[in-house]
Amino acid sequence: MIISVASGKGGTGKTTIAVSLALSILEEEVQFLDCDVEEPNASIFLKPRIKEVVPVSIPVPRIDQEKCDFCGKCAEVCAYHALAVLPQEVLVFPHLCHGCGGCNLLCPRGAITEVGREIGTMEIGRSNGMDFIQGRLNVGEAMPTPLIRAVREEAKKRRNPAAVTVIDASPGTSCPVVEAVKGSDFCILVTEPTPFGLNDLALAVEVLRKLGIPLGVVINRSGMGNDKVDFYCQENHIPILLRIPFDREIAVLYSQGIPIVQRKKEYMEKFRGMMNRIQESLLI
Amino acid sequence: MKIGVTSRGDNLDSEVDPRFGRCKYFMVVDPDTLEFEAIENFSLEATSGAGVQSGQLVATKGVEIVLTGNIGPNAFQVLQAAGIKVVTGVAGKVKEAIEKYKRGEFEPTESSNVNSKFGMSGKEE
Repeated sequence: MIISVASGKGGTGKTTIAVSLALSILEEEVQFLDCDVEEPNASIFLKPRIKEVVPVSIPVPRIDQEKCDFCGKCAEVCAYHALAVLPQEVLVFPHLCHGCGGCNLLCPRGAITEVGREIGTMEIGRSNGMDFIQGRLNVGEAMPTPLIRAVREEAKKRRNPAAVTVIDASPGTSCPVVEAVKGSDFCILVTEPTPFGLNDLALAVEVLRKLGIPLGVVINRSGMGNDKVDFYCQENHIPILLRIPFDREIAVLYSQGIPIVQRKKEYMEKFRGMMNRIQESLLI
Repeated sequence: MKIGVTSRGDNLDSEVDPRFGRCKYFMVVDPDTLEFEAIENFSLEATSGAGVQSGQLVATKGVEIVLTGNIGPNAFQVLQAAGIKVVTGVAGKVKEAIEKYKRGEFEPTESSNVNSKFGMSGKEE
């Protein structure tokens, strides 16, 4: 089973929830993926022992100026305008290239070869008896999606089909989030009871419904703000799986890099209960 | 010779568009006869690479110099490779810019003057 944790709004507590969920179900075989590759921080809480660091590259075009006749087909097909074909020269802008390979496919002169450009690394290890993989995008790099894809593929290769995979996604609702949650059996959306939390929650729900992924909501910092998230969930038939109060002690644990379930044992049961509820909802 | 001017509209009385990659129109103007061609810039809506695409478009129009407000690094690199000079900081009407150019008031720049994505920040329209 694959459970992803996303949010829409940033800073609502995705990592808090993902980490505690994973630690509460250790009687199962668990694989933890930190797919928030622009800012992977689950390792602060899980303290994994990293055994392998694998560079991840995307293919970018290299032009053989001898073979090229400047027909311009490569620039025409490039949706990201990573190529400029001038009368006597072709310029490549590797940082704009998404590595789709379209230019190479369409070049009538075979003047394009693909060379790897490193965008980040995958760090693979173990933590608390779990398999742990995180992506880490290189600083200054604008394209997290291919790295997230690489992490998902690596995880799939290593995964025992009976294992539970917990995926910590990035905030937002664009490509990186889609890549991180894609193919999951269930997605937990973490929100806070504020207008910002609700606005971005509704966007995330739209994305997940389009992807056909069953979902439920965790309300973090419950007790602050207003009850509009509750109304929204009720109206849209979304289960509220768990509420975590707006509590100083929880904030202090977070600031010290300590997962809630390790210090506040009553949460062990709450997270297990949430997992049971998710599993039951998927059986219906 | 021909001059390229980034423009908010499709005639010589239009204001110079302060953005290169995401300008509304490219005006390709003959400074002697003031004959011109107004080319609508479809890169305006591009999510990325507007500067590269605009630079390539201008390079195919045979202009020798571009007058604009601001230009980013990618567009500048394309124009430089194509041997096109760039003047930044140009404002006012397109025809005024052409006159100033003819009076020799402009000095081509040696580098881009804004970062990538500059043209996406301002809602000019």
